[in-house]
Amino acid sequence: MNLNFECETGNYHTFCPISCVAWLYQKIEDSFFLVIGTKTCGYFLQNALGVMIFAEPRYAMAELEESDISAQLNDYLELKRLCLKIKQDRNPSVIVWIGTCTTEIIKMDLEGIALKLEKEIFLPIVVARANGLDYAFTQGEDTVLSALVQRCPKSHQDQDKALKRLVLFGSVSNTVANQLTLELKKHGIQVDGWLPSPTYTELPSLDHNVFVCSVNPFLSRTATTLMRRRKCQLISAPFPIGPDGTRHWIEKICHSFNRNPAYLNERENQVWEKLSSYLNLMKNKSVFFMGDNLLEISLARFLIRCGMQVYEIGIPYLDKRFQAAELNLLKQTCIEMNCPFPRIVEKPDNYNQIQRIREFQPDLVITGMGLANPLEARGINTKWSVEFTFAQIHGFSNAQDILELVTRPLRRNLNLNMDRLNEQFVL
Amino acid sequence: MGTLRIASSFKNVHAIMHAPLGDDYFNVMRSMLEREREFTPVTTSIVDRHVLARGSQEKVVQNIICKDKQEKPDLILLTPTCTSSILQEDLQNFVNQANLNTETDILLADVNHYRINELQAADRTLEQIIRFYLDNLKLQNINKTEKPSVNIIGIFTLGFHHQHDCRELKRLLTDIGIQINLIIPEGLQIHQIQQIPNAWFNIIPYREVGLMTANYLKQKFQLPFIQTIPMGIIETSKFIRQTQKIIYNTVPKKIETYIAKQIKSISQAAWFARSIDCQNLTGKKAVVFGDSTHAVAITKILVYEMGIQVVGSGTYCKNDSDWFREQLQSICDEILITDDHTKVSNMIARLEPSAIFGTQMERHVGKRLDIPCGVISAPIHIQNFPLGYRPFMGYEGTNQIADLIYNSFTLGMEDHLLEIFGGHDSKKIVTKELSVNQQLNWTPSSLNELNKIPGFVRNRIKRNTEQYARQKNCKNITIELMYEAKEALSS
Repeated sequence: MNLNFECETGNYHTFCPISCVAWLYQKIEDSFFLVIGTKTCGYFLQNALGVMIFAEPRYAMAELEESDISAQLNDYLELKRLCLKIKQDRNPSVIVWIGTCTTEIIKMDLEGIALKLEKEIFLPIVVARANGLDYAFTQGEDTVLSALVQRCPKSHQDQDKALKRLVLFGSVSNTVANQLTLELKKHGIQVDGWLPSPTYTELPSLDHNVFVCSVNPFLSRTATTLMRRRKCQLISAPFPIGPDGTRHWIEKICHSFNRNPAYLNERENQVWEKLSSYLNLMKNKSVFFMGDNLLEISLARFLIRCGMQVYEIGIPYLDKRFQAAELNLLKQTCIEMNCPFPRIVEKPDNYNQIQRIREFQPDLVITGMGLANPLEARGINTKWSVEFTFAQIHGFSNAQDILELVTRPLRRNLNLNMDRLNEQFVL
Repeated sequence: MGTLRIASSFKNVHAIMHAPLGDDYFNVMRSMLEREREFTPVTTSIVDRHVLARGSQEKVVQNIICKDKQEKPDLILLTPTCTSSILQEDLQNFVNQANLNTETDILLADVNHYRINELQAADRTLEQIIRFYLDNLKLQNINKTEKPSVNIIGIFTLGFHHQHDCRELKRLLTDIGIQINLIIPEGLQIHQIQQIPNAWFNIIPYREVGLMTANYLKQKFQLPFIQTIPMGIIETSKFIRQTQKIIYNTVPKKIETYIAKQIKSISQAAWFARSIDCQNLTGKKAVVFGDSTHAVAITKILVYEMGIQVVGSGTYCKNDSDWFREQLQSICDEILITDDHTKVSNMIARLEPSAIFGTQMERHVGKRLDIPCGVISAPIHIQNFPLGYRPFMGYEGTNQIADLIYNSFTLGMEDHLLEIFGGHDSKKIVTKELSVNQQLNWTPSSLNELNKIPGFVRNRIKRNTEQYARQKNCKNITIELMYEAKEALSS
């Protein structure tokens, strides 16, 4: 009995990875993000982040024009001018350059230019190539974090060489970070640092004595960089999404530090207790993930545990090694809940998926914004996947928020007399 | 973007973008903003690493053929993006390749993303599609409609209140005995393009998109067109007279009667502008910014129909700047043509108007500076796709605009009361001004006084008073000094 993986054409909708600046600039308080791209990137940021764009955000577009592309202008001088202006106006501790498709295709040597510029303007410049040629939506964060790993300080000489330390990686809100830190503290485990840290100046120090563990499923590059470049030891665990995931995540970390977790079962059961009213709504309902943000495996695993049926898990990219623990837990959950294994479709094709949705008629489709309204018009309940990216979903205390999101369309249908309405407008 | 907006306006036309992952956020915009029930007819032929290595011919052609089978569109439009224009692949060749194996027509959108903006791209694409289907049509094969009829060109997806304007125009034209031949491109089917020349003339409600098509139709089929923007009472009436002149070479009596009746009974704006409440708007200052169509029309309405002083008016349509200047030369103090929104917000901060009429960006600027803002032009947000009927054009449009303008200014009486009783917002003074001069000291009583001044003028008073104090070399700002400053400056 094995999970079945498929791969389709990759004609699916998702956000461009440069959208990661939206949450990263808020997370890293002393940073400034400079996106080096074209009008298209600018339009996208403006539309995707429309609400924030005029709250004086700490990001900007360096818009490439025809003269830049035909190499008539000197990239180096142009970027120097911009960065000096940023330094003067905003005085950040770090400038992050986000490379885009265009810089990739014209082979702009961002890393080389950054190295030279850093010395000239006395300000660290981190280069992340978050482009749509290689990555989808949340993987943008992955590229930024793996670039940041290189900037983490080496450990101090006087630090105890034998002491094992723990660094968690993945950008979550400060509230969630505190919650997870406290949760581990109950088991006598101290979190020595986070990547990203709230400010660039507090990046955690890394060496071979540091255990690292991720809180998000889309950070495989960062994990690889941590292991290869900084010799850290990766704890492979399911991700702390849902009470089941959180419990396994804590257990894994405890085992790495040779501790026996106490009271974990009680803690988990308490949370399930709290969720019971949602679970009644969800029992035996079916879900279809179209896939656009790489959280799909963890969410599907949690929803199966809640008693739902998952038809299909679409996912832009699946790193089976990085997500091994999560995939195992998914398998185990299916067996325990006695439900068939969902098909996992990498690089899905939206057109084919819509055909399958027609056939299955699932109770809920978790999808991107571009397809939500058309599906609703055909009488299919949808939930925007992007909300899971921007909501607090990690740890024991936020499990309720996930279900709040998932059940919202189901609850809406209880409130609206859907049958009568549907007669009127389903095409 | 512009190309996609045109393509998705037609019925049964499918656009295939040649773009990397994530460039297809157009689908999100259309489905979210317009709350569209249909799947957006746009697919992406994804450019990724493999494509870079191998060239994208195989993939693009495959995608076209595949779409042709799946959807059976009448036309497939291959759309380049910024990224694909750098790759410099011969997309036309792909189109030719695909043509051999498909039933449908295939076109390559002829746009260079580095040289033109979204609206120009839309204008060109529309002209390109129309031209493609009409170039072989002979003049003698045209059957003009029996009764006078007209095409409305430039109504399309994600346009600012386009659907409402379109309905209002239809009503207006039917009223004056002109039939609607076709609406282009919204909801148009490819086979209907052949019937475009059957109309007697064309109407271009929005300058940004449709002029190229109108010019082409004029050249090839001698179709005259009207480009007066029927927004506001004066322009709407002018627009109606022009339609009559095109058909009859004169304006019949009954039409003049119709105009008079509309202004009296349908459009409340004329009476509203005369009503006593509007007196308080006299001499108020406003700044206008938007696309050239809306910025010009709203500026004219503010000045000619409401007696409001427009201290600055601007547009981001740089390609249309000559027309813009010519239209507004004599009626507003300053003209700004830029697509850099920081320049716009600096202008607003400098001119300190009582209200702004602009785009989504200006709304944010207004929020920051505490100046009310009415949105009159794209780029816009979901709240500008209202469910209710809100045209900007025609006589009903004049009512909507009057409401918008009036509600943007603080209501007349409220304004007075605020001034008399020192306002009901005792917000702390936010230091948004340029002077970060710490050497001046406001006494508690004068600070109190300052706090009584309504929010939207408080900063100006503060700045003026400080400036006055500096001139007089006073370190302490007392109430007396405040009054002195006020007197000195109001002369």
